[in-house]
Parts: sequence; C-alpha cells; structure tokens
Amino acid sequence: MTTGILAIQGDFEKHQQTLETLNCSTLLVKDKNHLQQCDGLIIPGGESTTLVNLLKKHGLWQSVHEFGLQKTIFGTCAGLILLANRLVHNRLDSLSLIDITVERNAYGRQIDSFIDTVDLQLNHKKLNFEGVFIRAPKIVDVGKEVKVLGRYQQSPVMVENEHIMASTFHPEITADSCIHQYFIEKVRKNSHDRS
Amino acid sequence: MLLDKDMKLKIGLAEMLKGGVIMDVTTPEHAKIAEDAGAVAVMALERIPAQIRADGGVARMSDPAIIKAIQKIVSIPVMAKCRIGHFAEAQLLQALGVDFIDESEVLTPADEEHHVDKTKFKVPFVCGCRNIGEALRRVAEGAALIRTKGEAGTGDIVEAVRHMRAVQSGIKRIHSLGDDELIAEAKSLGTSLEILKYIQQNGKLPVPNFSAGGVATPADASLMMQLGAETVFVGSGIFMSKEPEKRAKAIVSATTHYMDFDLVAKVSENLGEPMVGRENARLSEEERLAGRGW
Repeated sequence: MTTGILAIQGDFEKHQQTLETLNCSTLLVKDKNHLQQCDGLIIPGGESTTLVNLLKKHGLWQSVHEFGLQKTIFGTCAGLILLANRLVHNRLDSLSLIDITVERNAYGRQIDSFIDTVDLQLNHKKLNFEGVFIRAPKIVDVGKEVKVLGRYQQSPVMVENEHIMASTFHPEITADSCIHQYFIEKVRKNSHDRS
Repeated sequence: MLLDKDMKLKIGLAEMLKGGVIMDVTTPEHAKIAEDAGAVAVMALERIPAQIRADGGVARMSDPAIIKAIQKIVSIPVMAKCRIGHFAEAQLLQALGVDFIDESEVLTPADEEHHVDKTKFKVPFVCGCRNIGEALRRVAEGAALIRTKGEAGTGDIVEAVRHMRAVQSGIKRIHSLGDDELIAEAKSLGTSLEILKYIQQNGKLPVPNFSAGGVATPADASLMMQLGAETVFVGSGIFMSKEPEKRAKAIVSATTHYMDFDLVAKVSENLGEPMVGRENARLSEEERLAGRGW
C-alpha cells in the first residue's frame, strides 16, 4: 500500500516524515503518473490559492477530484480548503469532496496563529491532541453525512466522510502520529473494500 | 528555544511556504499578478532592490500605506522588510499585521553591531546569510527562516550560488562533528550549543532554508532548488523584466518541477527580455549589499 503526498507546494515533507515513522510507504506526488500509483493521498498545508492555481495548470485538478471519489484523501489546512464543498466569500474553486462550508484565514493573520488542545474522538476513544493552527480556516457548517472527529472549543476542526478526512490544524507538525495512524487505517479499509 | 510553542508556530508558517516562489511587489496590481501566477507569498516594498540600487541614498522600511493596500488585495501571506537592527520598524510592521518580517541587508542597516532580538516578537522573521555562521547566529537570535543573501538587484546568480554552497557545506561539516567538538564550534560560530546539536543529529538546519538575491530565469530557480533551497525569493527578476506575468508563472513552474528538465525548458521559451542586470564581479565594494550584517 502506497500513500501519496501532494508535493506541488507546502509542508509535504513534514507529512512524509510522520508517515515514515509509522513505517508507511510514501510517494511525493507531482503528476498524474505518481497519483495513479497511490492508494491514499494527503493534501498538505501550504497556500490554498497557490495550490489551486498549480493543480489546474499542471492538469492535476480533475485527476485529484476523480481520485477522491474512489480513494481516500486527507487534507490539512489548505488541503481542507481545497476539499470543501463551499467557501465563505470566496472566489477560489474547490474540489467539492466533503460537505462542509469553510472560511479561509478565519482567525486572522500570522500574529493570530496559535497552539491549543483539540478534543479528538477516534475509534470511539476520546483523546487530547496538540492543535497547531497557522493562519487557519474555520469549518462554519457541516453537512448531515459528515462526521466530526475533532473539536476546538466546541467547534468542529476535524471531519470525515466515507473517503475524505480533513483538519483545519496541522497534525504533521505535532510529534503525536495518532491522526496519521487513523488515516492509514482508513486508506487500508477503503482499498480493501474496493478489491 | 527551538522546540517551544512560539518557535513551532513561526517555523510552521515557513514550512507552509516551501516549494514555492516569494515575489517582491511594489503595487497592489503587481501583488495580484504575483498571486495569480502562483506565488506563495509577496514581499511588499516601496522600491524593488534594482531600483534601490539605482537610486542610492538611505533605503528604509516601506510606507505603511503601500503595505496595507497590498494586504487588502491578496489572500497569500504578506511579508515586509525592516532595516537590520531597527526593532522599531519591526514593531511597526508587527502592528500592521504583516505575516513575516525580513530583516534585510537590502535596506540601509540601522545598527552595525546588533540585529533585532527576534524572540521578542510574535511575528516570525526571515534573515539573510552568506555562510553557516551567519545563518546560525540569526537562528540563535530567533529567526524562523533563513535565506541565503545572494546579491540583490543584480540578476546575477553567482553570489546566491556561493552562499548556498557555503551554507550546505557548513551543514555537512557540523553533521560530521563529534560531541566533544561542539562547544569549540559553538564558540567559533557564535551560536548556541542547542542549535549545533540539532544540526549534528539531523544533518539540516532547524529552520527552513530559502534562497534570495539574483534569480532572474526559470533555470536560476531550478539551480537554487537543486543546490538545496527549499523556496526561492525573486526580487527584481520578475517586475524588471519585459513580461512579468509570463516570467512569474514560468519561475513558479520551474521551482515546483525543478528536476523536470523538459518542463523547465518548455516554460523558458519566449519569455521576452529578462532584467538587464549588473554583473556581480563589476560591482564596487560600496555597491555590495551582502556584506551588510555579520
């Protein structure tokens, strides 16, 4: 099983390091051929405007969309913005793979970035997790089919549906790899169900 | 210090900017062109380095009105420059809400002995360096991102290459040191043991390492990425060229796909005239910016 990390721009190396600590085989994805070899994909943090531009320019936009209809994708921060169905006051296109509404840079600029505890619920277990929020977006609305996996001060900050997982914070910057572990299990389960 | 929460947030933003291009802009229109071309951040300036070089005189922090106008128009991070050691300019930039401050040798230094104590700020700083010692002194002062200096406003890549090679060979040397050699090394480089230990164990800097000063073509960007830069700053190279929009897009593509030589060749076609440039070797000592700071 191979997990791809979109390596167009952003903190893809941090995700790769985390996955490697979990003995997971990884591939940095820069084009369609790379994507075809993957069972799951991470869209890392970075700049959402830049990522959308570059995905379209290099003909990856449609391929990532189709990938997400069948296989598992995890988006963090900018990755979450790309996956969301709707964005508040925004002209940016999205892949529309998870039924949430997102507001970009909702906490403010870099001086408003912060680290605080997120309450996770993974596999029916409650966990505390160090949430690193960098120019983070907010999830302002969650559709019926979407499950909330993490909350910060009662608001949803990590969500999933059948194929897609997304967080507004950066688990790849925290030493605890339980969220990536959860993602790998989701990839494994989905690829097993397909075969 | 390296592992505290404050540093984690600052380095975190630098991590998000990896694999991209940061462009110098002087107007909201240029900022929009940069964002649409795929820049990961813009550096809001009153004058770009080539203009500063041509104009002479004292170069200071930009007019806050220009910075605010640029912040309004783009959603990507906005950076701005303060003079070396001018902590009041830095305080002002933090009050304006810029996302990153560049304590830059491109502006006229305000303090010949002390750089800004960057640990006192909530906003992250990027600083220039010519070699490993300079890089690590800036990290010890709290810089969350290092960029090699190059020679800004020349369009000549030679200094950028020299500085990047010097930093990379410094990293390799420290990585090979024994535990018993670290204190003497810390003394000679003027940095902390904690930082040297990190490099000795990990074989890389504790903060990202970008490249600046002289990038003018897609091939320049690919060269710097192959030499170990994790993102490139492009100053005068874009908006001093004949077709900035096209060149900006081409440099972004070449940075992302720096090992895909067919693609770099393709985007390099018909870009129009690059910036005219100044050959580094012909600059007089007073004209050199990289020697500012220590």
